[in-house]
Amino acid sequence: MNKAIMIVGVGGQGTLLASRILGSALLSQGYDVKVSEVHGMSQRGGSVVTYVKYGEKVYSPVVGEGEADLILAFEQLEAARWLSCLKPDGKVIVNTQKIDPMSVVIGDSVYPDGVLDAVRKAGAAVVELDALPLAVEAGSPKATNVVLIGAMAKNTEIPKEIWLEAVKSCVPERFLEMNIKAFELGYSK
Amino acid sequence: MKKLLLGNEAVARGLYEGGCRVASSYPGTPSTEVTECISTYNEITSEWAPNEKVAMEVAFGAAVAGARSFCAMKHVGLNVAADPLFTSSYTGVNAGLVVVVADDPGMHSSQNEQDSRHYARASKIMMLEPADSDECLRYSKLAFELSERFDTPVLLRLTTRVSHSRSLAEVGDRVDNGLKPYEKNAPKYVMVPANAKVKHVEVENRILKQVEYCETEALENGLNSVEYNNKKIGVITAGICYEYAKEALGDKASYLKLGCVYPLPEKLIKDFCAECETVYVLEELDDYIETHCRKIGVDVKGKAEFTLLGEYSQGLIRKVILGEESKSLKADVDIPARPPVLCAGCPHRGLFYALKKLGVTVSGDIGCYTLGASKPLGMIDTVLCMGGSVSGLHGRNLADPERANKSVAVIGDSTFIHSGVTGLIDIAYNNSNSVTIILDNSITGMTGHQQNPTTGFNIKGEPAAAVSLEKLCEAVGINNVFVVDPYNLDESYTTIKKALDLNAPAVVISRRPCALLKTVKHNPPLKVNKDKCKSCKMCMKIGCPAISMKDGKAEIDFTQCLGCNVCSQLCKFGAIE
Repeated sequence: MNKAIMIVGVGGQGTLLASRILGSALLSQGYDVKVSEVHGMSQRGGSVVTYVKYGEKVYSPVVGEGEADLILAFEQLEAARWLSCLKPDGKVIVNTQKIDPMSVVIGDSVYPDGVLDAVRKAGAAVVELDALPLAVEAGSPKATNVVLIGAMAKNTEIPKEIWLEAVKSCVPERFLEMNIKAFELGYSK
Repeated sequence: MKKLLLGNEAVARGLYEGGCRVASSYPGTPSTEVTECISTYNEITSEWAPNEKVAMEVAFGAAVAGARSFCAMKHVGLNVAADPLFTSSYTGVNAGLVVVVADDPGMHSSQNEQDSRHYARASKIMMLEPADSDECLRYSKLAFELSERFDTPVLLRLTTRVSHSRSLAEVGDRVDNGLKPYEKNAPKYVMVPANAKVKHVEVENRILKQVEYCETEALENGLNSVEYNNKKIGVITAGICYEYAKEALGDKASYLKLGCVYPLPEKLIKDFCAECETVYVLEELDDYIETHCRKIGVDVKGKAEFTLLGEYSQGLIRKVILGEESKSLKADVDIPARPPVLCAGCPHRGLFYALKKLGVTVSGDIGCYTLGASKPLGMIDTVLCMGGSVSGLHGRNLADPERANKSVAVIGDSTFIHSGVTGLIDIAYNNSNSVTIILDNSITGMTGHQQNPTTGFNIKGEPAAAVSLEKLCEAVGINNVFVVDPYNLDESYTTIKKALDLNAPAVVISRRPCALLKTVKHNPPLKVNKDKCKSCKMCMKIGCPAISMKDGKAEIDFTQCLGCNVCSQLCKFGAIE
């Protein structure tokens, strides 16, 4: 049975790197893997989504309504935005960070209260994590993505060493120590 | 060995393995990474060209001289390269020539949703369409062989989901057969009417041979394939839609997968349709294959059941063909949209704010600065195509000369070189009272930081000749050229005002490198002194994603702020430090 994971967030949060680490870990487990990325205009602070699918043989690289086993959300509102793609028995791992869209910044709309309660109420299993302070602890707010990968890793059957290898293969040498620390902080939560 | 490759990387790998020696492209999402990846292979001479027409001509020239060559572009780029494309169909090639064109169904990063397959038919050039990374690699290699065998350029059509998805591809070794000898052959390469008339006959004969290939050999080598399962449902499809169909229907359907979408086979389609009860054509955008099916007299279902708009998906196919609705969850909460915005520290922001204060009409162009159209800046009136801002402004000023000193064009450095400079020549030549603002951020930004002829570096990051925008503008006949720093709001405002009041052709160069460039040094993040902040929200007028209101006072996100100081110039109370 194929599995589908979505990584959602705001352009600039590093969802692409997270999807590469995930893809690399899955590949080493002998799965057929497809990763669908967003490049170009959507990266400029817009809502972004990456799909990762794996199994014996994967055809479509994208995830549609009611098809995701897991959503890893880098931001609360984005968890709610993409919820329709979750399977009714699926799980959401969410960074509790809030980033205001421009319409909220300029007062044209409001950032709703109780976003994660609404996600829970809709029927999803929700795991919350405040990843930004952990990333800062690891050495840089930019490592939030790897903290979140760590948190997700703990929710999979793939052994920790495989994940660490995947992190090593995807981040530049000079940032490796910080990213390993970020991964460990996420994994231990 | 199998590797997890982006579709675009796999195309580059296939071209490399196929012995490609020369590559020339202009960046454009979703095609850009093909050429970026090609530039990492030292065996291939690769370049960024000023635009797609030049890139196509460079690749053509190299192919005629005997080197397997390639160029890549996005769908709208093929409009620019269409002139050389159509006639290269007549001349044919010497060594193989592959033209990669990447369509963008769903317009993830484009201004229209045109379907490039029409170009293949219109120019009578063979077109292959891969569905995943492994096919990207194999088809790219095959495209070189077919190009030489049929003496024609070959188009390789990608779509966003194929270009930007990673899947496993079988990687092999490079085979380089060296330079093919060039022989002077005017009847073949000099397209004057007398020669072209003869060549057109050859083109029509070539297509017949290619159709024969599609019916026979293409089935043997797997370019076209038939898979019979349950014959109640038959699916004719190509590219990414094959993947959607397989996931949605599995062995509940039979498949005719077309790896070659121009020319299309006739017998193969008729035979397949004769075997199946109901046949659906699954293709994104136009009814291209469907129209062909009807023309050859087979009854298929297609656009009446599906759509001409956007992308297909496994869910859509399940719904239409199997009548299955997907079950989904919904959070009971109003979710504000989150479109892309100008980055924190973006040099375009200050310039757009100056334009807003001037209250001008803005003829816009293609690039990051198109985001200046969004609220709260909202400072772009029109966006049409690459380079269209400059000539469009001249047209506007011809129609409404009274407003000429209240109208400007904005265009980026790369877009200006691409096709804005011709519009500026028009302005100078016709003595148009038009003010063009070149947003020079020293890079091709939106596509992810590619070098261009103004940056002083080539595709490999080596030093290169740099076009001086000031001298170029002067050389085409613009006598009023100004340079401003867009981080300085007063200077930007005053200089543009001065240019508008000249009642003469003028150019303002707004110069400041893209804040995301690794070479750019930033100031420390700014902070709001909450005691001084009077909650007037002036700093919110520039739409910086790093600024928000928290508990009635402005707040600056230290993780985003690059210390550009544009906001602090707006604060009358000196609260931003």
